[in-house]
Amino acid sequence: MSDEPFLVVEDLTVRFPTADGLVQAVTDLSYSVEMGKTLGIVGESGSGKSVSSMAVLGLHDARTARIDGSIRVGGKEVVGLSESKMRELRGNAVAMIFQDALAALHPFYKVGKQLTEAYLVHHPSATKREARARAIEMLERVGIPQPDQRIDQFPHQYSGGMRQRAMIAMGLINDPSLLIADEPTTALDVTVQAQILDLLQDLQREFNSAVILITHDLGVVAEMADDVLVMYGGRAVEYGPCTDILTHPEMPYTWGLLSSVPDVTADTSARMIPIPGNPPSLLSPPSGCSFHPRCLYRDKVPGDLCSTTLPALTPAGRGGDHVKRCHLPNPDAIYATEVLPEIAPELVKEMP
Amino acid sequence: MFSFLVKRILSGSLIIVLVSMLVYLLFFYGPQHPGLELCRRETNNRCGPTSAKLVEVENRLGYNNPVYEEYGKWAKGLVAGRTITVGETAYDCPAPCLGLSFRDRTLVTDQLKTRFPVTLSIAVGGAFLYLLVGVTVGVLAARRRGTLADRMLVSSTLVLSSVPYYLVALLAFLLLTISTHVFPDVVYHPITDNPVKWFSGLLLVWLVLGVYGATSYTRFSRGSMVEALSEDYVRTAKAKGLTARVIVIRHALRAALVPVVTIFGIDFAFLLAGTVFTEKIFQLDGIGKWGLEATYIKDLPVVQATSLVLAVFVVVGNILVDIVYSWLDPRVRLG
Repeated sequence: MSDEPFLVVEDLTVRFPTADGLVQAVTDLSYSVEMGKTLGIVGESGSGKSVSSMAVLGLHDARTARIDGSIRVGGKEVVGLSESKMRELRGNAVAMIFQDALAALHPFYKVGKQLTEAYLVHHPSATKREARARAIEMLERVGIPQPDQRIDQFPHQYSGGMRQRAMIAMGLINDPSLLIADEPTTALDVTVQAQILDLLQDLQREFNSAVILITHDLGVVAEMADDVLVMYGGRAVEYGPCTDILTHPEMPYTWGLLSSVPDVTADTSARMIPIPGNPPSLLSPPSGCSFHPRCLYRDKVPGDLCSTTLPALTPAGRGGDHVKRCHLPNPDAIYATEVLPEIAPELVKEMP
Repeated sequence: MFSFLVKRILSGSLIIVLVSMLVYLLFFYGPQHPGLELCRRETNNRCGPTSAKLVEVENRLGYNNPVYEEYGKWAKGLVAGRTITVGETAYDCPAPCLGLSFRDRTLVTDQLKTRFPVTLSIAVGGAFLYLLVGVTVGVLAARRRGTLADRMLVSSTLVLSSVPYYLVALLAFLLLTISTHVFPDVVYHPITDNPVKWFSGLLLVWLVLGVYGATSYTRFSRGSMVEALSEDYVRTAKAKGLTARVIVIRHALRAALVPVVTIFGIDFAFLLAGTVFTEKIFQLDGIGKWGLEATYIKDLPVVQATSLVLAVFVVVGNILVDIVYSWLDPRVRLG
């Protein structure tokens, strides 16, 4: 147990029974995060990134969600944990910050009240004065000017970036060992995004906490993450160290994500290629590989393997901890000869 | 907050002045002929369009003066009091003077003073009960949405609110007072006189108003609670590790109450309309019943007074709603 990473997710399956059928939001997902490390989870909307991390905090309604598999936080199983035990964990050992802080902070309560509430619920013996001091300290830590005055303001009196900072302060107020940041920069403009990401990085170094960063922005992942988990249709399709995945991706969906990243510094002949089609239905997922209806490279796979057989997560060509879920026999070669010249011609020229 | 209140009170006063003008115009331009009515009343129905008595009555009522002059007199009486002369008799009508009842020449203001507490008691008690029951049941249903209990609750409130209010009140009166004596005497006792009797005398009335009104408030608050529970900030509250109780009451309910309070403000006039039925059916001498009966016998000063009081009621109710609203939502307070 002592060697185990702080968060271990094994074969996590989250399903929601609805009137239309069973929504398979997350299927057989496994990953782990060590203290001091950052895992980036990327994927489109509906790929299961938020659903899977909300399961870590037990935020799904037990009446509407069916959760199977195992989630261990600090060696402790949390799937099936009682609500009161789960509550001790939430906001304490595991904290979550959400996108769009304007909606995620309560509009009717002062920022200070929301912070002290988060502190007091896990420090029942602390006085209001102590909680307030702690809240001011946290606001200062996340870089809010004049925190002793700002603490008495309402969220709508904050700017967008400050709201997200306040949200982070609230998440970190109880020194969590694991911080789940669900698209923390999505609602912010680019300069503020960079500030918030820097802040998260600084705070992580300071607290040595484990971080899960949910995003659809591979640029953010490249900057922040140690490991990357690419999700599609509720499944992991590629998982491994960040550098391996960004330099030698082996799954056509990851290629698609990479080619969808706008890059202002890139050669003007580089193209930004969107992934054709729409995310798969989670009610009736496609047969075989769930990405096959949108995959541009499925004719390189012999027979109709892609549409009939779900590929397993197998080690990537270069070995290590990098795994992918794809039938393509020689993905590295296809990437180098067909994908890279389209999206980053300058990189190809540099190669021998 | 202070300037907000001053503004609301000023605009409320303006509305009341406008209502008083409109109501006053009933005298002059209404479909009734108050002079003829009064003349008939005073001559045992021996008054026709050409009677000399009619001329006298019309002069007394000021029909031969311009309407603004008469309104001025009336308004002055309201503020400072006046003396009303009928034939040889002079009636002293101290402020706020609302005139003499055509029926028995009593001061309308005096009658109002005894009847107003009845209506106030009914309205406030009923509103309190239907808000309390409606919101509580709505919250419980929202938390169990989709379950059998929720569906049964929602459909039963629909059934009950499809029945006209007067029918519900009448059936309650017949079943619970007349035939079974569960609530043997529905009667008004002043609260200053005997609070226990005040309470027991009005309990059935409150229950009827409360249960009937609660049906729609259950649906309102269930709907807005379902919405509030799905808000991002409620998820944040849960992620902080707060207990379900704190999440539901402090985070979701406070937000869910805003639309409910708004509807309550709009509904206030309907509540008063409801007390007309209530007072009539349960035979309570409040403003609603008084105004209704005055309409039958064309007792215009009473109609005027009751309309004015109800207008004040609605305006004050709405100011109270605004205060509650700004207390609930700080963005309104500052904006």
